[in-house]
Amino acid sequence: MELEKFELGATPLKDSAIKEGKVLTVAKKPNLKYAWDNGPAIGRYLAELKEGRIIARKCNKCRRIMIPPRMFCELCWRPTDEWVYVEDTGTVNTFSICYVNWDASRIKKGEKPHLPAVIEIDGASPGMGILHVLGEVEPEKIKIGMKVRAVWKKPEEREGSITDILYFKPVRG
Amino acid sequence: MRERVAIAGLGYTAFTSVSPGSSYRELTYEAAVKAYQEAGIEPKDVDSFVCTSEDMLEGYSISDEYCNDQLGAVLKPAQTIPGDFLHSLAVGVMHILTEKFDIVVVQALSKASNMKTIPDLLNFAFDPVLNRPLDVTAYAVAGLEMNRFLVEGRATREQCAAVVVKNKGNALRNPLAGYGAAITVDHVLDSEPVAEPVRMLDIAPYADGAVVMVLCSEKLAPSLTDKPVWINGIGWASDSPTIESRDWSDAVAVRLAGDMAYRMAGIACPSKEIDLAEVNDEISFKELQHLEALRLFEPGQAGKATEDGKTSLDGTLPVNVSGGGLGVGHLFECSGAQKVLELVLQLRGEAGSRQVPGAGVGLAQAWRGIPTTSAAVAILSA
Repeated sequence: MELEKFELGATPLKDSAIKEGKVLTVAKKPNLKYAWDNGPAIGRYLAELKEGRIIARKCNKCRRIMIPPRMFCELCWRPTDEWVYVEDTGTVNTFSICYVNWDASRIKKGEKPHLPAVIEIDGASPGMGILHVLGEVEPEKIKIGMKVRAVWKKPEEREGSITDILYFKPVRG
Repeated sequence: MRERVAIAGLGYTAFTSVSPGSSYRELTYEAAVKAYQEAGIEPKDVDSFVCTSEDMLEGYSISDEYCNDQLGAVLKPAQTIPGDFLHSLAVGVMHILTEKFDIVVVQALSKASNMKTIPDLLNFAFDPVLNRPLDVTAYAVAGLEMNRFLVEGRATREQCAAVVVKNKGNALRNPLAGYGAAITVDHVLDSEPVAEPVRMLDIAPYADGAVVMVLCSEKLAPSLTDKPVWINGIGWASDSPTIESRDWSDAVAVRLAGDMAYRMAGIACPSKEIDLAEVNDEISFKELQHLEALRLFEPGQAGKATEDGKTSLDGTLPVNVSGGGLGVGHLFECSGAQKVLELVLQLRGEAGSRQVPGAGVGLAQAWRGIPTTSAAVAILSA
C-alpha cells in the first residue's frame, strides 16, 4: 500500500472528509513568528559560514574544540577561551536514509531520498559534529566512518546560514 | 513548624526591551553564574534543576530540552515547568522538603523581544472552537474584566491609572527596570484606547531578562549564605479556562493560591503581617484586584488606598516598589521571578534608594497573564 503520509497508529480523518464538509470544522491559520537573537557564538559561526569557513570555540580546561561554537563550556561550567577555525572536511558519525520529507509526506516516485548525517568535523574534538545532509553519493554507498567534504554555495549566494553548505560529499581517493 | 527552604543565591540580568547581544542561552548563563557565585557552589553541587519555559513563547517544541547547557544541568536531574517561575519555585521547595535534595536551582527567562507576533500568540490561548473564530483580541479579556471590576464599583478609572503612575515612578529608582517614567493620571487616561476601558499605558510593556536562584535546605543554609531569605509559604491555584463562566471581577485563583501560602506560612492576618508585596500588575487594575484577592485590602478598598499613597514606597504597605510589570516590563514566565528577586533584595536590605525600611515579610504573586486564570503566591522572610 502506498501511503500518502507516514502515520503511526489510530485512523485519522481523511483530508477529503474535511474538504467536503462531512465533519464540522473550524480553521484558523496560526501566525507565530520568532526572530531569535543568536548571541556572539552562533552569530560568529553563521557570519563565518558566509565567508566559507567553519569556526569553533575552544575550552582551555577540558581542551575541547566545540562546534557549533558556544560562549561557555557546558561541562566545565566556565566561559570558553578562543576561536578556532576548523576544516570543512569530516567523518560520518551516523546517517539515515529518509524516504519521507521533513513534514513526513512521502517523497515522490523517482526522487532521491534525503540523507541526513552527523559529521564529525576535522579539527574539532572527537564526537563534535554538525547535522547536515550528504550529496553526490548513492545511498547504498554511504558508510559510517566515511570521509566527506563540504560543498559550498557560491560566495554571492551565501547568506550566513547553515545552508550555505549545500551538502557534504564523499572525499574520493 | 515544618522545615523552611532558603534562597541562598540570586542571579539576574537587567530587564530590557531588547537584548540583541545575547541569545537566551547567554542570558540564563549570566544569571546562573551570578547565583552560583553568591552561594559558593558549582553545578556539580546541585541536586536538581527546575526551569520555566513554554514552547509557544520560546518558538521551540519541547523547549525544556534547551534549558540545560546554560545552567550546567547537563547530565543532571532537570525538569521544566510550563508556568510561571513561582510554579517552578514551588516544585523546588517540594524537592527540598522531601529531604532527598539539598540544593535545587530554579530558573526563568523572558526573550519577549524574540516573539514577533505576541498578539497572535495570546489569541492562540483561546479555545480554538468556541473563541478563536470570533477574531477578538486576547486583550479583550482584560477589557471585559476591567469593565466588570469598574462597574461593580471596586475602583474608579482614575484609581487604576494611579497604579500606573506609582509603578512607573517606582521603576525610576530601580536600575534593573526598563520602563520607569514620571507620568500623571491624565497621561494614562489620554493614552490610546486598546480594549476599553483598558488603554495603552494600562498594559505592562514586554521585557527580556533572566533570573536564577539557588535554594537549599534549612540545615545547609548557614554553609552557603550569611543572608538567607526564607520561603515560609507557597501556594498555587487555577480557575476554569472557560472564558464564559469565570468570575469577571474577582481573581478567585489568586485568593486560593494566597490562602494556601498563608496557611503554610502560618499567617492569620495578611494585612497586618505582610510588610511589602510584589503582585502582578500586567494590566493596571489587576494590581488592585490581586491585592484584594490576597486579603491585603478589603474588597473595593485597594484603589482608594493607592490614591491615598498607602501602597507607595513610603506607605503602610508598599506594593511593587520594583516598578512591577508596568515599570520593569512584562516578563512572561519570568514575571514571578522578578517579583521574588525584588523581595530578596528588599529583605536583605540591598534595594538601594527604593529600600523599604524594616522589610521583614514579603509577598510575591504571579498570574500567568491574559487570558489565563492561573496564579501562584510565595511568602518570604528575612
